[in-house]
Amino acid sequence: MTTLLIFVIVLFVAVAMWQMVKIFDLAQVGASNSQIATDKDNRFNGYMMIGFLIFIYAITIASFVYLGDLPLTSNSASEHGPGIDNLMIISMVVIFFVQTVTQFLLHYFAYKYKGEKGRKALFYADNNTLEFIWTVIPVIVLAGLIISGLFTWNDIMNLDESEDPMVVELYAQQFNWKARYGGDDNVLGKANVRLIDIDKANILGVDEDDPNAQDDVIVTELHLPKGRPVLFKMRSQDVLHSAYMPHFRAQMNCVPGMVTQFAFTPTVTTSEMRQNPDMQEKVANINALRLERKVEIEASGQDLTYEFDYLLLCNKICGKSHYNMQMKIVVETQEEFDAWMKEQKTFGNSLN
Amino acid sequence: MSTTAETNVHDDHDVHHHKETFVTKYIFSQDHKMIAKQYLITGVIIMGIIGIMMSMMIRLQIAWPEQPNVLFEALLGKWAPGGVMDADIYLALVTIHGTIMVFFVLTAGLSGTFSNLLIPLQIGARDMASGFLNMVSYWLFFLSCVIMILSFFVEAGPAAAGWTIYPPLSALPMAQGGSGAGMTLWLVSMAIFIASSLLGSLNYIVTVLNLRAKGMSMTRLPLTIWAFFVTAIIGVISFPVLLSAALLLIMDRSFGTSFFLSDIFIQGEVLHYQGGSPVLFEHLFWFLGHPEVYIVLLPALGITSEIISTNSRKPIFGYRAMVASILAIAFLSTIVWGHHMFISGMNPFLGSVFTFTTLLIAIPSAVKAFNYITTLWKGNLQMNPAMLFSIGLVSTFITGGLTGIILGDSALDINLHDTYFVVAHFHLVMGISALYGVFAGVYHWFPRMFGRMMNKNLGYIHFWVTAICAYGVFFPMHFIGMAGLPRRYYTNSNFPLFDDTTNAQAVITVFALVAGAAQLVFLYNFVSSIFYGKKSEKNPWKSNTLEWTAPVKHIHGNWPGELPTVYRWPYDYSKPGHDEDYVPQNVPMKDGEEELQH
Repeated sequence: MTTLLIFVIVLFVAVAMWQMVKIFDLAQVGASNSQIATDKDNRFNGYMMIGFLIFIYAITIASFVYLGDLPLTSNSASEHGPGIDNLMIISMVVIFFVQTVTQFLLHYFAYKYKGEKGRKALFYADNNTLEFIWTVIPVIVLAGLIISGLFTWNDIMNLDESEDPMVVELYAQQFNWKARYGGDDNVLGKANVRLIDIDKANILGVDEDDPNAQDDVIVTELHLPKGRPVLFKMRSQDVLHSAYMPHFRAQMNCVPGMVTQFAFTPTVTTSEMRQNPDMQEKVANINALRLERKVEIEASGQDLTYEFDYLLLCNKICGKSHYNMQMKIVVETQEEFDAWMKEQKTFGNSLN
Repeated sequence: MSTTAETNVHDDHDVHHHKETFVTKYIFSQDHKMIAKQYLITGVIIMGIIGIMMSMMIRLQIAWPEQPNVLFEALLGKWAPGGVMDADIYLALVTIHGTIMVFFVLTAGLSGTFSNLLIPLQIGARDMASGFLNMVSYWLFFLSCVIMILSFFVEAGPAAAGWTIYPPLSALPMAQGGSGAGMTLWLVSMAIFIASSLLGSLNYIVTVLNLRAKGMSMTRLPLTIWAFFVTAIIGVISFPVLLSAALLLIMDRSFGTSFFLSDIFIQGEVLHYQGGSPVLFEHLFWFLGHPEVYIVLLPALGITSEIISTNSRKPIFGYRAMVASILAIAFLSTIVWGHHMFISGMNPFLGSVFTFTTLLIAIPSAVKAFNYITTLWKGNLQMNPAMLFSIGLVSTFITGGLTGIILGDSALDINLHDTYFVVAHFHLVMGISALYGVFAGVYHWFPRMFGRMMNKNLGYIHFWVTAICAYGVFFPMHFIGMAGLPRRYYTNSNFPLFDDTTNAQAVITVFALVAGAAQLVFLYNFVSSIFYGKKSEKNPWKSNTLEWTAPVKHIHGNWPGELPTVYRWPYDYSKPGHDEDYVPQNVPMKDGEEELQH
């Protein structure tokens, strides 16, 4: 019944709008007989073009003023992070420059050359020099961006095995994450989903007979020591997931039937990041906003006060609860990490 | 061009055609002008309304997550118990919105309407090479629309794996509700859609190659035709690959094969699949998926070229460079698909290769943008609604295209992949730009289609509100994306980390709702002008191309009597030595007049 009522209301609103537009439409008939732009229309829209240009600049500035602290272009928490951030800033500067100039030319010309009766446009069909110039300039600029981009990319993706990275498996399933450490030998035991044995609590399908697997450690909160390279091996048991760690500028898909990998070195511990002035400002801002929604947040059972933590998010659509597939990441000093690790059960001891 | 001459002679008999009934004229019509209108009404208007309605619901949910909304209750029924949108239907809306807008509105709607209308009329042909195939193409399209919409009424809901339908999510009914019957219908609908698209594309290619009027050499083709022609070629090259991916996925789903699946444990059991790879699907999908962007965009750019030149009363600047960049974009578009897969687990070396080819594509795109701007320079701009939408297209094409330089860079893509930055980028560069192309085309060729004019003042309102809101929606969205907020999240309330984006989300939604409402102005203008619009003259925009030399009233065969002969290129606007500021293509050269090198 309510549905019907709503449809009737929507219908009425639609009819009302239709009628309003129609009144406007009829009111125009006397004003101008022709549906082709007149000089008056050209002038009006010419001025609107300048207005629109100002609007584009204004929304750019407004976005920077109000949302400028959102972008992750500083305070990265990994060794390769600043490289990505620099490249991002350089690219942004280039595109904002081009954007500002080309939008100006486009809208200014649209204003400046607005039509007038009796004026004749310039017959100007071609100019090879001009076209050569604006083919070559993008080529040079893009060549620069491509080259620095490729250096950054190769730097990130090509792992230097001599650095003795700590091996960690990220294991994805609908809708949570697990992490598996190689243990004392830093070698992950073999695993396959066919070996999963829920009754024995072997939830990742680790090979129970593999000697390397005995000291593996499986956890639901990812701890990383500061300063040591980490080589992540990603697995998924069901559908595609993507391990996204925005603060470390790191992301890699988890693909069923295949092991993918990504490596980085954390450089800032969680507590250091919490002390970072930029981060403190951001957190204070978030908490002020949360206070405004106090009732709603407390009703949902969350803590009202937000405290910063690194997160691993799922960033590939994976089903109903995709929006809540996360794992906390703790970066700490080597000593803290060792102490934490000591408390964890090894795979060999965790089986039923 | 012996074929051209021959067809011209023998198809004169088309003019005195057998008598038409209602069914052959309006329903199973083989006339390209009627088929164009059918595509316009089904593809652009009806599917467009559905697609936009979905985006409004998506935006409402993002801005005010998990809040009861009467609109949801009314439209989604059991999917919104108590008016609160369900997480499953959110993903379904995202999926079907993407599918409808990309394929149904901007591929079939755009190409179907304007290729069908303009190819025969602008090249001076009686009709498409095969009117029958053209009719079959439309009705297959209609069938695929019906099936796609029907998928909303199956028990477990429509496909919800994203418009890219990556397996295993899309392959396993136990992975999500939408991967059951809903996904089957999606795949069947798309298979039929692809068949329709291929029939259409082949027809366009053959028509352009064989049925050009006397004197209409390839270098005298309007840029619209070049764009439609090359679009059709890209479609023929890439759509079959999506069809094969869809068929293999159907095999995996229903016949136990393992093309895309391997080592899966779900809901307490190990599945039998072994040896396949989801990455293979991604390759196949994006081998279509990326050219698809240009299948959407090139016709819009072609339409814009034509409209900007006509309304600037100036030749399009750099005709040859424009054609060359269309060809370059078409070629490059087939070798850049990997930039959607930098972090899919494929070899990082491939990432480098695809970064290189991807950034190359910026060069022809930049040439096009600069050529548009130069065409405006020292013109005599007639600010008709179509012209405004064309200038708007150039603006959003630049804004959206520039962020492509960031996303195409594999190193930067690591942290922006699948965030709202991507959503903002592709909506501006292909969504909004291509929609502006559709609107520009409708305003410009409405007189040609319906013999009446659309109301220009309503057109102005439509453009300015839409243009402001489009930037209002997508400009701030880049910043939300750079904050690291993933797309396709039903709600962000589980991530206090992103709480500082909520106000921006609300502002974006308000802009989106106003933009949606502005489309009602267009809808009113469109429908009322069909019946009550001011009667159009033969050539209202004083344009050079051949479609305006045909009589206003539609006849079978387009021109009574002989087909026009072409003597010049289509862009002789404001040419010195002529009194009028336009010289239609069928006007012979004056004594001593030079066909300028262009």
